[in-house]
Amino acid sequence: MSQKKAEKLIDEKDVRIDGRKLEEMRPIKIEVGILGNADGSAYIEQGKNKILAAVYGPREIHPKHQALPDRAALRCRYHMAPFSVQERKSPAPSRREQELSKVIREALEPSIFTEYYPRTAIDLFIEVLQADGGTRCAGINVASLALADAGIPMRDLVSACAAGKVEGRIVLDLNDMEDKGGEADMPLAYMPNHDAITLLQMDGMLTGEEFEQVVNLALEGCRQINQVQKEALRSKYVAVKEQGEKEEEAEAKGEEEGEE
Amino acid sequence: MASVMASKVRQKRIAQLIARGKRLDGREPYDYREVQVESGLIERAEGSARVRLGKSEVLVGTKIEVGEPFPDTPNEGVLTVNAELVPLASPSFEPGPPDENSVELARVVDRGIRESKAIALEDLVVEPGKKVFVVFVDVYVLNHDGNLIDASALAAFGALMNTKMSNYEIKEGEVKIKPGYKPLPMRNYPVAVTFAKFNDKLVVDPGLEEEQVMDARLTMTIEKDGKVCAVQKGGDGYFTAQQIFEAGKIAREKAVELRKLVVKE
Repeated sequence: MSQKKAEKLIDEKDVRIDGRKLEEMRPIKIEVGILGNADGSAYIEQGKNKILAAVYGPREIHPKHQALPDRAALRCRYHMAPFSVQERKSPAPSRREQELSKVIREALEPSIFTEYYPRTAIDLFIEVLQADGGTRCAGINVASLALADAGIPMRDLVSACAAGKVEGRIVLDLNDMEDKGGEADMPLAYMPNHDAITLLQMDGMLTGEEFEQVVNLALEGCRQINQVQKEALRSKYVAVKEQGEKEEEAEAKGEEEGEE
Repeated sequence: MASVMASKVRQKRIAQLIARGKRLDGREPYDYREVQVESGLIERAEGSARVRLGKSEVLVGTKIEVGEPFPDTPNEGVLTVNAELVPLASPSFEPGPPDENSVELARVVDRGIRESKAIALEDLVVEPGKKVFVVFVDVYVLNHDGNLIDASALAAFGALMNTKMSNYEIKEGEVKIKPGYKPLPMRNYPVAVTFAKFNDKLVVDPGLEEEQVMDARLTMTIEKDGKVCAVQKGGDGYFTAQQIFEAGKIAREKAVELRKLVVKE
């Protein structure tokens, strides 16, 4: 990545620095269930973002005093790898990572039936392997799938997407350059089936009217991402089913051969 | 925690009242508690302000030192906001390194000041890329009775408006203090307005007991021309888009009232 500042982030034809249209999302690739040890896991690539999420639990909680009498304690760690950004990031959790861990937890908690597992912990780990703007949203998208993969009962998938304002125009899914050089960035997380906004942050400057436009555009982005998430989950289970059927066939064959 | 939690009966009462558009202390949904702002209480600090919001009490002091700029902003001074949830302020606060609540508080206050460009940071450069003034804003929570974000943001804003910089000259690359002061260059006035959500109802300025019952929290920071410059949702619940738009409208009205407590027109 070059350090030099781009002169313009959006050209006269409304084409963005990475070739996207104003309301176009970066390409997303998701894989579900890719880590052996975790109870649930998922991996996402959203543009240049590469993020892993893993879920352990519900499991016994340590330290014990963190146990909640009426529900599971959702614990979340959002962490960036030292090599995930241009300048090496110290592996110690920064204040930014502490805040993001909190808001991501609060974005996902409304989606989980935590009351089914009192006095336990559900531990969620999000590791950003490469960052290019919008990592909290991509992190929420992949974490929600990891929770589903862990078989934790959920009200809905949580889908997150940012929208904002860059060079006077309202755009969807800001990349790192647009985030740094733009006027406003608003990450938003949403449960489409409940019409519930579970994360909302903003920094920058927006008039009241622009604010509403940006919220509505981010919601539209979330709905698109929700489709991709559902497809990723479905394809994992199709794969599992096909794998199972193959194994059954092989077994049946093996038995037949044994009989002969 | 037991001693700071409202009893179940009281929690139920709060929820029932809010469902009927009323509140435990008799306030209307969009009423703030009594707000007092006092400035210049700490002589040693370059600026200070104390805000009393009902029984919540926050003291903010500013210090200015010479330091290095960030590599990506060589022509700007540095703003640093820190928040301490001092153990004397609540039985739920414990000594030790800042927890996620104090980190969030500091970062929400920071975002309002930074994104509204409240401080003219480009006027705080001594030697571009090498030496700039660093403005430390330290939020000190002295009594916790709910809505620490609004109290802290208002106190930080008050303290910055109260901040004086010593006159200085540069001799051989060193900063030499000269007699006399000038005010910190300020050009915007951010004010935070926080909402609590209870099912389909919104209220502003939740008290401590209301915070224990609320589903979720939403803070909108509004700058002097009524633009939104920072937003933060908190808590385990959710908002609908309609509630967020409604909050935006109310926040713009409330910000005007709160701003008058610091900036007299």
